[in-house]
Amino acid sequence: MAAIKTDNLVKRFTEVTAVNGISFDIPEGEVFGLLGPNGAGKTTLISMLATLIEPTSGSAVVAGFDVRLQPLEVRKNIGIVFQEPSVDDLLTGRENLYLHSMLYGVPRPEIGPRTDKMLDLVNLADRADSLVKTYSGGMRRRLEIARGLIHEPKILFLDEPTLGLDPVSRQTIWGYIGRLKAAKKTTIILTTHYMEEADNLADRIGIIYQGRIIEMDTPANLKKKVGRDLVFIKGAVNAQAVRGLSFVKSVELEEGRFRISISDSGRNLQALLNSAGAIEEVEVRPVTLDDVFMKFAGHQIKNDVENNGIFQRIVSAKATRK
Amino acid sequence: MRANSPGPPLNLKIAMFNFNAIYALLLREAKIFFREKERIISILVSPLLFLFVMGRGMVSGTSPVAGFTYQQFIFPGILAMVILFTSITYGLYIIWDKRLDFLKEVLAAPISRSTLFIGKSLGGMLGAIIETFILLIIGAFFILPLDIVKVALCLLAAFPVSYMIVNLGLTIGAKMKSMEGFGLVMSFLTWPLFFFSGALFDLAAAAPYIKLISLLDPVTYAVDIMRIIMLGRGVFSAWTDLGAIAGFCLATTYIGVTSFGKLQQEK
Ligand SMILES: Nc1ncnc2c1ncn2[C@@H]1O[C@H](COP(=O)(O)OP(=O)(O)O)[C@@H](O)[C@H]1O
Ligand SMILES: [Mg+2]
Repeated sequence: MAAIKTDNLVKRFTEVTAVNGISFDIPEGEVFGLLGPNGAGKTTLISMLATLIEPTSGSAVVAGFDVRLQPLEVRKNIGIVFQEPSVDDLLTGRENLYLHSMLYGVPRPEIGPRTDKMLDLVNLADRADSLVKTYSGGMRRRLEIARGLIHEPKILFLDEPTLGLDPVSRQTIWGYIGRLKAAKKTTIILTTHYMEEADNLADRIGIIYQGRIIEMDTPANLKKKVGRDLVFIKGAVNAQAVRGLSFVKSVELEEGRFRISISDSGRNLQALLNSAGAIEEVEVRPVTLDDVFMKFAGHQIKNDVENNGIFQRIVSAKATRK
Repeated sequence: MRANSPGPPLNLKIAMFNFNAIYALLLREAKIFFREKERIISILVSPLLFLFVMGRGMVSGTSPVAGFTYQQFIFPGILAMVILFTSITYGLYIIWDKRLDFLKEVLAAPISRSTLFIGKSLGGMLGAIIETFILLIIGAFFILPLDIVKVALCLLAAFPVSYMIVNLGLTIGAKMKSMEGFGLVMSFLTWPLFFFSGALFDLAAAAPYIKLISLLDPVTYAVDIMRIIMLGRGVFSAWTDLGAIAGFCLATTYIGVTSFGKLQQEK
């Protein structure tokens, strides 16, 4: 049975159509990554699936219940970690978990043991009785994840779970999600605009742009289509020879240098440089969301002069969590 | 399902109570209330000023009720004032909940809006009852000797009175976007409700337009019932007061639950 099934889901606000006809099926136990820039419609989509806002049209069935007709049933079966913080500052970590358990109908005798277990899982046991006010951003996020899981939901929504966190906290949270995934009990919908995050965690990725899913596949397949690393070479490059290499996906001349997409710089770089010819300057970087995104949505953007280059700016401007 | 058909709205307004959830919400409000001790004290400051400065400062012998001083006469009114201020302030504090991100969590929980509303109302009543009790004790020592029965009756009356006013505050708070409206509500609602209630003067002897407005003021009946309990005499009968209070309780429950039904996550 599908954990989530949507059919032509649409959400129109007065000025924008945030979600513009999304249909997909997510099987039970899958980790599904929704990857897209800010403003793509990720949060709006999740809000509809979590019954926080009403769809304009279309339908969605979550954990077997229609989001419009049985929102309370949907809610009992899902956990949600919001993009914006949502823990109660005025309570302690433990009290937050208690309140949540009571709201979600966790049987009372189980609340204590489950709270301890979750606090251990997210490494907050020693700070459990401090007010959340005194927590760092990473600790709050961990508490939110514990809270999202304590009622043992069938489906967990994580909206940009590592946005604005330092690299160490990010690694820790990836660790938890990885363990959850290994346990195979929870279906996870994860939104992110970090390619790396989707790549590390998701079984399947949907690339979302302007309210539509423009590409949906496994990370491996997506990367095959784009290549994993980009090499920029300045100099008299023998483009013909480079194109002939088996691991080269594409070669383009861009602002006076060659932009070469390859499957794995670790293995292929030497071979590439050997055949490239006279090289003045080399730069290597992994493929980013921008690149994947440009590959699949680039033509749409080029048609729309106003949008040109905007994507880059929104991503960098909004990458810090409030 | 057909695309483009709007379909039925989210079905969250169901009148269905979840008592575990109500208990948990009430517990949260209680914890926060007791953690902010300054607030417990500070909310009593203006009522105490009225009671001890105005009550004592007015020339003695102007009491409208024979056998009682002016200070004793306004004491029931000041009690109603404490309930009014505590309850309205608490209700408006739901704007802070929005800021503190707490609301997002409860709005996403599998509970009906009626459950959330009742949980918040009870939380507010708890605060008002505690403040009422503190003031009753102060008054019993310094102003008007009260036996245990009168204290108990006053506390009992404080329940429906605080309920209707908390509801009013929650309704307004649910509609307000920022704390900036707080001052406006205090100037244009709370203070008028207090002044027209007859807390400080005898309504029976007041100008007709004041009488007319005071009839619409829920606090009028709160003051009156307190006065009947403490001084044995009011403007209306106890049944009129209780009937009016019950009516305001029902009406404010209706508008409150409706406004909570519309409450949406803003961010
Ligand atoms: N409540 C709202 N009212 C009006 N527009 C909104 C609202 N929420 C989101 N939007 C708009 O919908 C679009 C998608 O937003 P969102 O779903 O938050 O994107 P993402 O989570 O992918 O960054 C944006 O253009 C945003 O401005
Ligand atoms: Mg978002």
